[in-house]
Amino acid sequence: MLLGPSLLLSAVLFTIGVVGVLLRRNAIVLFMCVELMLNAVNLTFVAFSQVLGLGGQVMVFFVMTVAAAEAAVGLAIILAIFRHTRSVDLKNINLLQG
Amino acid sequence: MSVELVFYILAGFAVVSALLCITQRNALASALWLVSTMFSLAAIYVLLQAQFIAAIQVLVYAGAVMVLFVFVIMLLNVGRSPSDIRGLPVRIVALLVGAGLLAQLVLLGRVTAGGMALTRGVAAGAGSPMNAFPAGLAGAAAPADQGVVGAIAEPLFRTYLVPFEITSILLLAAAVGAVVLAKRKL
Amino acid sequence: MTLSLLAVQAAGDLSAPAGATRWVWLAVAIPFLGFLVNGTLALRRPQAKAMVSIVGAGVLVVAFAVAALIYAELRSHPPEAPVIVQLWRWIPSGSLDISFAFQVDQLSAVMLLVVTGVGSLIHLFSIGYMRADPGYARYFAYLNLFVVFMLVLVLGASLPVLFVGWEGVGLCSYLLIGFWFGDKANADAGKKAFLVNRIGDFGVLIAMFLLWYTMRSLDFATIAAKAPTDLVAGGGLVTAITLFLFLGCAGKSAQIPLYTWLPDAMAGPTPVSALIHAATMVTAGVYLVARTGVLFAMAPFSSAVVAGVGALTALFAASIGLRQYDIKKVLAYSTISQLGYMFLAVGTGAYVAGIFHLVTHAFFKALLFLGAGSVIHAMHHAYHATHSHADAQDMRNMGGLRRHLPWTFWLMLIATFAIAGVPGLSGFFSKDEILAAAFGRGETHPVWLLYWAMGMLAAFMTAFYMMRLMAMTFFGENRTGAAEREYLHDAPPIMTGPLVGLGVLTVVGGLINLPAFAGGHHALERWLEPVLAAAQSAMPLTMPHGTTEYLLIAAAVATSFLGLFLGWRATLARPIPTAAAAPPETGFARVLFRKYYVDEIYDALLVRPLVGISRVVLWKGMDQGLIDGLGANGSASLARGLGWIGSRLQSGQLGFYVVVFLVGAVWLLRAVVR
Repeated sequence: MLLGPSLLLSAVLFTIGVVGVLLRRNAIVLFMCVELMLNAVNLTFVAFSQVLGLGGQVMVFFVMTVAAAEAAVGLAIILAIFRHTRSVDLKNINLLQG
Repeated sequence: MSVELVFYILAGFAVVSALLCITQRNALASALWLVSTMFSLAAIYVLLQAQFIAAIQVLVYAGAVMVLFVFVIMLLNVGRSPSDIRGLPVRIVALLVGAGLLAQLVLLGRVTAGGMALTRGVAAGAGSPMNAFPAGLAGAAAPADQGVVGAIAEPLFRTYLVPFEITSILLLAAAVGAVVLAKRKL
Repeated sequence: MTLSLLAVQAAGDLSAPAGATRWVWLAVAIPFLGFLVNGTLALRRPQAKAMVSIVGAGVLVVAFAVAALIYAELRSHPPEAPVIVQLWRWIPSGSLDISFAFQVDQLSAVMLLVVTGVGSLIHLFSIGYMRADPGYARYFAYLNLFVVFMLVLVLGASLPVLFVGWEGVGLCSYLLIGFWFGDKANADAGKKAFLVNRIGDFGVLIAMFLLWYTMRSLDFATIAAKAPTDLVAGGGLVTAITLFLFLGCAGKSAQIPLYTWLPDAMAGPTPVSALIHAATMVTAGVYLVARTGVLFAMAPFSSAVVAGVGALTALFAASIGLRQYDIKKVLAYSTISQLGYMFLAVGTGAYVAGIFHLVTHAFFKALLFLGAGSVIHAMHHAYHATHSHADAQDMRNMGGLRRHLPWTFWLMLIATFAIAGVPGLSGFFSKDEILAAAFGRGETHPVWLLYWAMGMLAAFMTAFYMMRLMAMTFFGENRTGAAEREYLHDAPPIMTGPLVGLGVLTVVGGLINLPAFAGGHHALERWLEPVLAAAQSAMPLTMPHGTTEYLLIAAAVATSFLGLFLGWRATLARPIPTAAAAPPETGFARVLFRKYYVDEIYDALLVRPLVGISRVVLWKGMDQGLIDGLGANGSASLARGLGWIGSRLQSGQLGFYVVVFLVGAVWLLRAVVR
């Protein structure tokens, strides 16, 4: 019953997340937009678990776990970069240039 | 109030929060708006009969991950800085990409329960389309026996035991990695 | 003549009626050996002049001996068909199978004798003339090489072999004209000769292509046999072939419009002018027309063109010769004029007369040139001794030399009378035969009467300017200068010997083809009959007889005597100023002196536009602009540009990478959404 609208909401949130990734230069905020995308995906899983069984919710469980781990590691990296370049602005992080 | 109405209110809340999240100049404000989005989503999960997940969303996502984000933001004192939203050309690209993506996703997501029931060979109008999905019905009925947590726990520790164990190792690795990366001196 | 062909042509075998003809290749190989030896000496030990002299002249004498033996052989066993001596298989390319083969028949025997005989005498002369020159060995090397190519030309059994010789003599001509290349003018003259000849060579090539297209063969014997059947007489194809061949002849034999190189070629040593630009190379065109006579006989339009151009050139060049002061230039224009006579002959169908005049002209023109060489030698010696810079070749600086150079004087006088057509000497018989043939043809084709008239007028002018040359050089007061006079003396015997030899030939040369009225039997005509009969029958001659014949002879004799007399009187009527003191030419005399400004016209109309187009369009526009700019540099810039674009993608900016990533992902999603 709520399947269609949920999927639509999920699509919208995912798109907003993508636009955010494209728009922002701050590394941390970029990361947050990625989290937003992950949330949108979680919503999709949960919406489908209504029709396809509890497997969907288990999947969300795992997604959240991995997202947490990834957030921890990612922020640690950002910290390390900050210590080097004293900024989290992406335009200053261009050591891969060439 | 019908479920749909509540859903739409919550959905609107979520969308507005997300939009504000990506457009705030202050990183901390962005973080907080993201928290708001997560709360809305948690409420929607409840509407979708995923109560455990809703709880976990609040506890883990909003409560741990976002807190971590706020910690880092405060630690790095990013706060007020000249706007870190990219310039006009990229804005146009972003809008175009967003529009394209949204169109594609909407096209992909044109599924309804009735439509899915049809693909399962159940004619429309034969009662609730949910009757076409035995797994879904089982999932809805499970908390009646084992409780909400138990309903999740059973597949988690039975069918998906191996991924569970792997995920725990992953968490261990992530924890170690985060510590190592963030240390000043090894 | 039986039009049966190649009497003997076994594949790869040397074949002949037994005897001398088998060794014809020696006549070519020995001078080539001489070239190699002299060339090596020129590079290693240029001071070994004695060796060079012996080798250089010796190989020619040996070649002449071979030629004489072959002639004797042909004399005793006259072949019905040409003897083909195949040397090796040259171009085996599918249906195009060309052998490097020599053809020994009566015509090539005549040419062989002339080239080696006159060539030997000129080589001997050169020993004396070039004695003091530092490039002595190089000179003889080139001269020997020239003889090699000339013999290949006259002995070639097919057009490609002839063409090898054709090009080769052009090369040697270039090398020898520009022999003293330290002076740019000499090098330019060599270049001019080569380039103008090239235009003619193009004609020969086109003709070869057309012949191959029609007949699938380029051997002379096959062409002669198949021409009547394969080609339509008077048709477009045969006319085109012959006109293109004549273009080549016009280049090589200096006819209008490609004659301009020959006067400039006088920049080379005088014996070179004698050998190449009088006796042999320039006659190659006449030989070619005679050789392919069947084709020309089948194309009356082309023959008329050939005769017309010949007559016109004869007249045109003679008129220029009237007002030249350089002794060699007068002789150069005289050569062009006499070549015009030869083409008038072969264009009229009088092939024998053309060859006859070729032979006699070789004798007296070589004599004239060598005599002039003797004069110039003496003048140079005189001016060198007094350190004067006056022009040693300008006749205005000469005068009264008969007292100082008696041998040269008498021999050149004989040659002058011969060229003017004094009865009894060789030139009289040959020139008379040509004019008679032209007149005879005039009865059926009126335009030939015009040609005859042009020929008569040119004969008058020839006598005039030759006597003018003699008068200016050998008579009157000596204008060389008091100090120089004591150094003027005749040439050493090594130089006067060949002059005497040529003098004898000039006198008795008429016996080769003595006509009936003089008690002869047209020996050359009968000798050449097997070769030329086919052409002769396609284009029969009507020779005037009886009263008409005698009247024509009388007219010719009268013209020549009138020309000689008037030339003598006009030249010596007034005192002649020296070259330095001479007033500039005025009026029509100036036009003649400036050769009708033909060189200037060619320069303005052809050379400059061509050079301009080459420089602006082809060099700057195409080569630098298109090929370098677009091609070489353009592709480099393109590669660099692409590389630059590629490197911009590697900005190192994570944000940019994310953007690209997402754009790509959205794009890929299309596949799923479909």
